[in-house]
Amino acid sequence: MPELKTIGRKSISFVLNGKPVVAEVEPRMLLSDFLRQELGRTDIHVGCEHGVCGACTIRFDGRPARSCLMFAVQADGHRVDTVESLATQEGALNDLQRAFRTHHGLQCGYCTPGILMSAEAYLEGHPDPSEAEVREMLSGHLCRCTGYVGMVRAILATAKARKDGKAAAE
Amino acid sequence: MKPSAFDYQRVARVEEAIDLLARHGEDAKILAGGQSLVAMMNYRLVEPKLLIDITGIEGLASIEEKGGFVDVGAAVTQARLMAWPALAERLPLLAKAMPHIGHFQTRSRGTVCGSIAHSDPSSELPLVLATLGGQVVLRSKRGSRTLAADDFQTGPLSTAREPDEMVVAVRFPVRQAGAGYAFDEVTQRQGDFAICSVAAVATAQEVRLGVGGVAGRPTVTRLSGAALANPDGALNAFAWELGGSDDIHATAQYRRQLVRRIGRRIIEEAQSCRS
Ligand code: FES
Ligand code: FES
Repeated sequence: MPELKTIGRKSISFVLNGKPVVAEVEPRMLLSDFLRQELGRTDIHVGCEHGVCGACTIRFDGRPARSCLMFAVQADGHRVDTVESLATQEGALNDLQRAFRTHHGLQCGYCTPGILMSAEAYLEGHPDPSEAEVREMLSGHLCRCTGYVGMVRAILATAKARKDGKAAAE
Repeated sequence: MKPSAFDYQRVARVEEAIDLLARHGEDAKILAGGQSLVAMMNYRLVEPKLLIDITGIEGLASIEEKGGFVDVGAAVTQARLMAWPALAERLPLLAKAMPHIGHFQTRSRGTVCGSIAHSDPSSELPLVLATLGGQVVLRSKRGSRTLAADDFQTGPLSTAREPDEMVVAVRFPVRQAGAGYAFDEVTQRQGDFAICSVAAVATAQEVRLGVGGVAGRPTVTRLSGAALANPDGALNAFAWELGGSDDIHATAQYRRQLVRRIGRRIIEEAQSCRS
């Protein structure tokens, strides 16, 4: 059995927003820090670093996850999506992002990337949520600016538009 | 806010995990969902030298009913158990309690066994396990043993698990025919730790009432006969017996009041939904 190697790096490879990432990381490197500091990405934000604020929320194999409660080594062989996966390559925002703009779902925007990733994951499993359900989902995020009202409206409006769009297409 | 250095091993079989535990004991920690462990590591409240990642062990990913219990493996997330189609029918108390656990964003990774192994006195799952009289299955190189919930959790964040053992499953007793189940809790915000949480199982003869968030571990009392017909006296005695203390969230007096008030309501609710 190998001795413990607390110093030293491990090789990882995973898929980030559809593109492969290969790197060497120390086990203690948080996934949030890896994305920001090693890859230089700003599409995840870090607030509390202990799982409370939700700013760092990503999708891990499609499911919402706090990237500050994960280590980069855990991503090996998995799929990670950040808010950048929502817009098109040319930078056109998706329907949920546009709804956040229309309904004033953000002010400073610090909490927004995490909330968008949560909301996308939530809407996939709950295409027709009530306001109470949306608020319950949002309880996993802290926003210090908006009071949440605008984002509740944006999420509900997006759910309705997606449903109507689907009905029209059928 | 950064964890100290450690080694990381991803294992594919329980045997590998318990080999590592036998060798490294207290220096090693099992990593499943990490929703409590990693937060504590970020604060350096714990500084393991080795994390053993068990999320890829296929044998631990099952939810299975057998012999009057539903066995939940150590890699099963809270979200997966909540989505188990038979949950409301077979484990009605869990169906009522689980939406109170953390958040949508933490239940997606947090595991059922992890929460019970972590044994926070205000967590919902240890309370449900204790109230139902469930069991915890432990394995080590020395063998396997099954402990009653009451023997497993010994205090706040402390259990009877030996350093070379890992929790491989927890066992929830299935719905008793004719019994009623109820759960509620008081928190400062949705998903926060409970200031007081109450669970009850009502049968024709008695009510088992469990309280979390007040004593150092979930505590269960049984009410029957005259004490059940008029439970205020028994609830008051129970509230004092729990010995809650003042902290930044609530006073001991407020907690006693919650035990009396929510206790009474949950007893009635459990009795009224007996089938
Ligand atoms: S930074 Fe991860 S939850 Fe706050
Ligand atoms: S918009 Fe500023 S924290 Fe949410």
